[in-house]
Amino acid sequence: MLSFSNISKSIDTWLNATFNSTWTMLFEMVIAGVGVISLFAILGLVLVLMERRVAAWIQIRLGPNRVGPGGMLQSLADTVKLLVKEGMTPDGADKFLFNLAPFIAIIVAMLLMAPIAFAKNFQLWDMNIGVLYVTAISSIMVISILMAGWASNNKYSLMGAMRSGAQIVSYELSAGLSILAIVVLSGSLNLNDIIQSQADGWWIFKGHIPVIIAFIIFIIAVTAETNRAPFDLAEAESELTAGFHTEYSGMKFALFFLAEYINVFIVCAIGATLFLGGWMPFHIGNWESFNHIMDYIPSSMWFFSKTFFLIFLIMWFRWTFPRLRIDQLLNLEWKYLLPISMFNLLLVTAMAILGWHF
Amino acid sequence: MQEFKKEVSFVEKNKIAIKKKNMFIVNYIKDVFNGVKSLVVGLRRTMYYFSHHKEIITEQYPDNRDTLVLPDRFKGEVILVHDENNEHACTGCTACELACPNATIKIITKFDISPEGKKKKAIDKFVYHLELCTMCNLCIVACPTDAIKMAQTFEHSVYNRAELTKVLNKQGSKIREGVE
Repeated sequence: MLSFSNISKSIDTWLNATFNSTWTMLFEMVIAGVGVISLFAILGLVLVLMERRVAAWIQIRLGPNRVGPGGMLQSLADTVKLLVKEGMTPDGADKFLFNLAPFIAIIVAMLLMAPIAFAKNFQLWDMNIGVLYVTAISSIMVISILMAGWASNNKYSLMGAMRSGAQIVSYELSAGLSILAIVVLSGSLNLNDIIQSQADGWWIFKGHIPVIIAFIIFIIAVTAETNRAPFDLAEAESELTAGFHTEYSGMKFALFFLAEYINVFIVCAIGATLFLGGWMPFHIGNWESFNHIMDYIPSSMWFFSKTFFLIFLIMWFRWTFPRLRIDQLLNLEWKYLLPISMFNLLLVTAMAILGWHF
Repeated sequence: MQEFKKEVSFVEKNKIAIKKKNMFIVNYIKDVFNGVKSLVVGLRRTMYYFSHHKEIITEQYPDNRDTLVLPDRFKGEVILVHDENNEHACTGCTACELACPNATIKIITKFDISPEGKKKKAIDKFVYHLELCTMCNLCIVACPTDAIKMAQTFEHSVYNRAELTKVLNKQGSKIREGVE
């Protein structure tokens, strides 16, 4: 059967048979890197088009419909435009930091790809602290934004960057606490173990209301962490003229843009892994025959459909809710999400100890 | 008595304060609930739009150019209405010129000699500067004989600005009989 794990295994055996172990290692690294970069490119194209289409349909418009059949090549045309544009550096900017910032943004996004299980037995790096790794690395994102805002030498950029800093630092707490709920239930930080623990049902079904609350808080927090509307204060087109990337143009802007969408994909993939079972097919307890039928759908399909469902959810939020003010944003986090998620974590812990979940 | 009243009010106040304290957690939960509810209302609306995306409200303009239907009150440009005999209803009274807030209209008059030998005022040229016009409709309101009206054409782009200065009365047209 053709699956990601079989393909990777056959490539691995072929490389091992042809070259010695050092070269095999090197070649595999190159293949993984190229794979991740091409996934980035595809995701960028697909997600931008998806965003524009979802936005259009929600606003009762048609969306892109000029380039290619049904506007399918619109994002490709945009990419070409961005590639040929001049990447300017303002005179007053800190040149080194200004040019470094977009690369840090994209490197963070790349690093986050490592522990995600795209399909059964198909993972770049199966580490035992996957969840911790993801939460730790995703907070580096704020450095690139602060760097971009500071180095631009522009008041709007700096303001956007500062807002973004406040936002990401505070929303990380409730995102972490809601992730902890699942860690408590599955008893592991390894993403693979967490997926395996959902073999008899996804946590969102097994974990009753506390996990659903954790899921909602997680979605809100990651929407804020990826700087997307209604929490796009760092950009705020109407007040800050795009915030931290005001001064960026051409490919440097495109890297920020791409990083935003990649981050959306990653947090949705993490959300899908933790709450919706990752690549695990839809299983119900001990219904053997039903579970067996579900297993016929490839695991990669399950993973990507769950992830894209969550991405759609986040896009749906973006085109429904108005932007929050900075004080409302911090109110929401410190007065509502954080106490609720702490209480919720307590509840989940009690549930895990007493074995109330399925 | 006065003292007693004071006492009562103090007790009342205390009661209210205690009530407020107790109400805090209730209000908090109510806040969260109402917030989530209002968000869900918005989400339902947008989901409705999303799932009914065939009912688009935008005009697919260059594609539907032949079947384009504009609303009645759309104002594209001022035209002088001519009938099939190449006659119009403009007496050259310059009411429109006076009504125009930014000198878009300039009427050049002449004197026609009627068959009876009487002199009669008539328009020579109805000059209309489209580039100055704000489509405010004041000239149409001011016209006593309803000679001019707003057309629904809107594709006004030209390569030369001079082309926007138009003479509205057609070649050889004259005033309709009976219009004073």
